[in-house]
Amino acid sequence: MTGLDYLWQALTPFNLLLALAGVVAGTVIGSLPGLTATMAVAVLVPITFSMEPASALILMGAIYTGAIYGGAYSAILLNTPGTPSAIATTFDGYPMAKRGDGDLAITLACVSSVVGGLVGAAFLLGLAPPLAEVALAFGPVEYFWLAVFGLTLISALSDGNLLKGLIGACFGLLLACIGVAEISADIRFTFGSQVLLGGIETVSALIGLYCIPVMIDLVATPDRHLKVTTESKGFRLREALAVSWKSKFNLIRSSVIGTLVGILPGAGGSIAGLVAYSEARRSSKRSDSFGTGEPEGIQATESANNATVGGGFIPTLVLGIPGTPPDAVILGALLIQGVRTGPSLFTENGAIVYTFIYGLILATILMLPAGLIIGRYAYKSIITIPKALLVPTVAFMTMIGTYAIRNSISDVVIMIVLGVIGWFLNRFGFSPSPIVLGLILGRIAEQGFVQAWTIGAATEDLTGMFFGRPISLVIIAFTLVSLFYPLIRKRWSMKGGAVSAD
Amino acid sequence: MDILRKIGVTSVAVAMSLAVSGLVSGVPQAEAFPDKPVNYIIPFGPGGESDITARHQQSFFKDKFGQDLVIAYKPGGGGAVGWSQLNGMIGDGYTMMGINLPHIVVKPLQKDVGFKTEDIIGVYMFHYTPDAVVVNADSDIKSLQDLIDYAKANPGKLTMSGSGKGTANHLAQVRFDKMADIKTTYVAFKGTGKAVAALLGDQVKAEWGYTSVGAKHEGKVRLLAVAMEERHPKFPDVPTFKELGFDLVSGAYRGIAVPKSTPEEVRVKLSEMIGEINADPEFRKRMENDGMALLDVGYKDLNAFVAEQAKAYEAAAREAGVIK
Repeated sequence: MTGLDYLWQALTPFNLLLALAGVVAGTVIGSLPGLTATMAVAVLVPITFSMEPASALILMGAIYTGAIYGGAYSAILLNTPGTPSAIATTFDGYPMAKRGDGDLAITLACVSSVVGGLVGAAFLLGLAPPLAEVALAFGPVEYFWLAVFGLTLISALSDGNLLKGLIGACFGLLLACIGVAEISADIRFTFGSQVLLGGIETVSALIGLYCIPVMIDLVATPDRHLKVTTESKGFRLREALAVSWKSKFNLIRSSVIGTLVGILPGAGGSIAGLVAYSEARRSSKRSDSFGTGEPEGIQATESANNATVGGGFIPTLVLGIPGTPPDAVILGALLIQGVRTGPSLFTENGAIVYTFIYGLILATILMLPAGLIIGRYAYKSIITIPKALLVPTVAFMTMIGTYAIRNSISDVVIMIVLGVIGWFLNRFGFSPSPIVLGLILGRIAEQGFVQAWTIGAATEDLTGMFFGRPISLVIIAFTLVSLFYPLIRKRWSMKGGAVSAD
Repeated sequence: MDILRKIGVTSVAVAMSLAVSGLVSGVPQAEAFPDKPVNYIIPFGPGGESDITARHQQSFFKDKFGQDLVIAYKPGGGGAVGWSQLNGMIGDGYTMMGINLPHIVVKPLQKDVGFKTEDIIGVYMFHYTPDAVVVNADSDIKSLQDLIDYAKANPGKLTMSGSGKGTANHLAQVRFDKMADIKTTYVAFKGTGKAVAALLGDQVKAEWGYTSVGAKHEGKVRLLAVAMEERHPKFPDVPTFKELGFDLVSGAYRGIAVPKSTPEEVRVKLSEMIGEINADPEFRKRMENDGMALLDVGYKDLNAFVAEQAKAYEAAAREAGVIK
C-alpha cells in the first residue's frame, strides 16, 4: 500500500493520544445541536500552531470525524439533526428510539460511521489525485442539476404526501432567497430589517424546524420521551454487527456514494446522506419499512456522511480547493504552517500527507470504542433524565448552539420563529425535511443556474450548456428516475397484484 | 493540557502586569495596554482569506504584546452583519473587527445595511491581495495582449470567473474592460476557491483572481498581469498593469476597525501595534509567500485612503449595475 512506512510515524504515542482526544471531543461537540465540526476545528487552530503539520492535521481530522458521527445522537434521540449531514438519520433513528431500540440505533450508527470513515480514507489514500479531477469536471450546470436531483428526492421521501412535500420544499426555496444573494450580491426579502440581512442560517433552521416541535410536544403530552426497556442490554454490539454484516452491500454502496459526493466542493454531507438513503431504500427488500425505524436507513446515512470526510479531503489536499467548510479551516491552518497543498504535496511532502491519512484511519478505528461508550452514556442520560429537566436543558442548549454558529442573536430569534412555524406545519402533516432541503439546495441550484446561464449565453450555446454535457445528462436521467419512481413502483405492484389474483 | 497551560501563563502575565502598573504609579493607561486578551472579530466565516491573514497576525501579536489575540467569526450579509453591529460594541480597545475594501464602500451604497462607510473607525489597513488576471498553465492565452486580442475578436465570449459581485475582482473586471475597450463576461462564484475550480476545470477561459491564487496553485496557473504599483516579489516575471499601459492598482484591501466609542489614544496605540506586526520581517515574508502585498496605512491617513479608493469603486460599481 502507498506510503506504508509512514504508518509507523502516525503510530507515535503523541499522535495516538491526539487521535483519541480528537475523536472524543469531536463526538461530544457534534452531539450538541448547533456546535458544528467547522466551529470545533476553528477553535483548535491556534493550538495547532505549535505542532508538527502532520500532528495538527491528525487532531483536526479526528475532531472532524468525531463531530460528524456525534451528530447522529441528537438525530436519533431528539429527532434533531445536529448537522445537515444527519437529516436522513432522523427518518429511522428517531422511530427506533421511540420504540425502545435507541441503544441499537446508536451502536449501528457507530459501526456504520466507522465503515464509512474507513472507506472514505481508503479512497483518499489510494486514489486521491485521479479522483480530484472529478471535482473539476463538475461545472456550474452539474451543480444545478445535482441540486435539482436532490430536490426530487423529496418525492421519493414523502410517499403518499408528495404534494405536501413539494409545498414544504417551495417554502424552503423561498427561505433560501432571504438575505444577501450569494452570487449577485442583491439584498432580497429583508423587508428593511437587519435581522434578516444575514439570511437564514442552515443549522439554526435545522434546530428550529426539528428540535422545537419535539420540545413543544414533550411539554404538551404526559408520556415519557422515549420508551424505556426494563433490563439493560449492554451495547447490543453483537446484534449491530450481525445486522451490519447482513447489509454489507448497503454499507459499502453508501460509503462509496458518500466519498464521491464528498469530493464535490459545496455539495456536502446533506446530499450524500440523502442520496445514499434513497438509494438504500430503493434497492432494499424492506422498502416499505423505511421511515418507520428501519436499521438500513441509519446505516446508509451514517456511513455516507462519514465517508464525506475522506472524500472532502481529496480536493482539499490535491487541488487546494476545500471540499467542505471544515476543510476550508484546515486548509487555512496548513497555509499558516507554510504547507502548500497541490499534487506535489503527495510526492514532495509525502511524510505529512501519509502520516495524516494513517492518523485519520487510526482515529476512525478509535471511534468504535469511544463512540460506543459515549453513545451508551448519551442514551442512558436522555432516557433517565426526568422530562422536567430534559426539556429546559435541551432548550437552553439549542439557544446557545444557535447563537454560537455566527455569534448572532438574530439567528436565535429566527430559530424560535421557524420552530413555532414548524410545529404548526407538523400538525397539518408537513414534515421539516423538505423545507430544509429546499433551503440548502435552493442556494446551490440558484448559483449553478445563474453561472451556467451566464456562461451559456456568452458562448451562445444555452441548450448545449444545460442539456449537452455528459455528466449533466447522467444526473438528469437519475432525476427523472427518482421523480417517477413512486409511479413506476405503483405500476409494478399493481401488475404484481394482478398476477397473484390470477 | 495546552489550553490549561496557556491559561496559567496568561493569568501569571496578567498578575505581573497588574503588579508592575501598581508599583510604577503615574504610568499612563495606554502604556499598560493590552493587559488582557484582545478580541478580533472577522465578519466572515472561518477559512477565508480574511481569516488566514488574521491568523498570521495572531501569533505575532502574542509574541510582541504578551496577550492573546482571540479570533471570533460573525459572518453574514457579506460582512454587513458584523459591521452594522461594530459601533454598538464596547470601545475599550479590547474589541476590534476586520474591515475590507471595497465591501465597506459598496454595501452601504446598495441599500440600508445598518452602517455607513464613514461610521466605520478604521485604525490600520495592513495589506491587500492584488487583483490579477489568471489563466490555466496550458492556455493558448500567453499574455495580457493575447487576452485583449481574443476579447476584441470575440466580443462578450471571453468568460472570466471571479469571486462575487461588487467585489474587488468584479470591479477590476469592469474597470479593465473600459480601459482596454473590450467586452468580457464576468461569472461570479461564491469565493475564490470556487472561482479557481471553475478555471482549473475549464468551465471558463480565464479568471479575475488574486496574486494569492498564483501562490496557492503554483505550476497549474499563470498570472498575466498584477494590479500593483510594482511587481510582486514572489512573481518577478509577471508584469504590472501599469507597465502594460493600464492604470489599474486594485485588490481586496484588509484592515482593522474599532467601535466608535474607543478613546483616541487607544486607537493610536492599536494602530501602532498593528504597524509593528506589519514591520516584522518574518511576518512580511509569510504574507508575501502567500501572494499578499503589505500595506501601511495608519490611523491618521486612513480616512483619506478610503475616500480615495471609494471614488474609483463607486464609479465602477455604478457602471457594473451593482449600485442602482
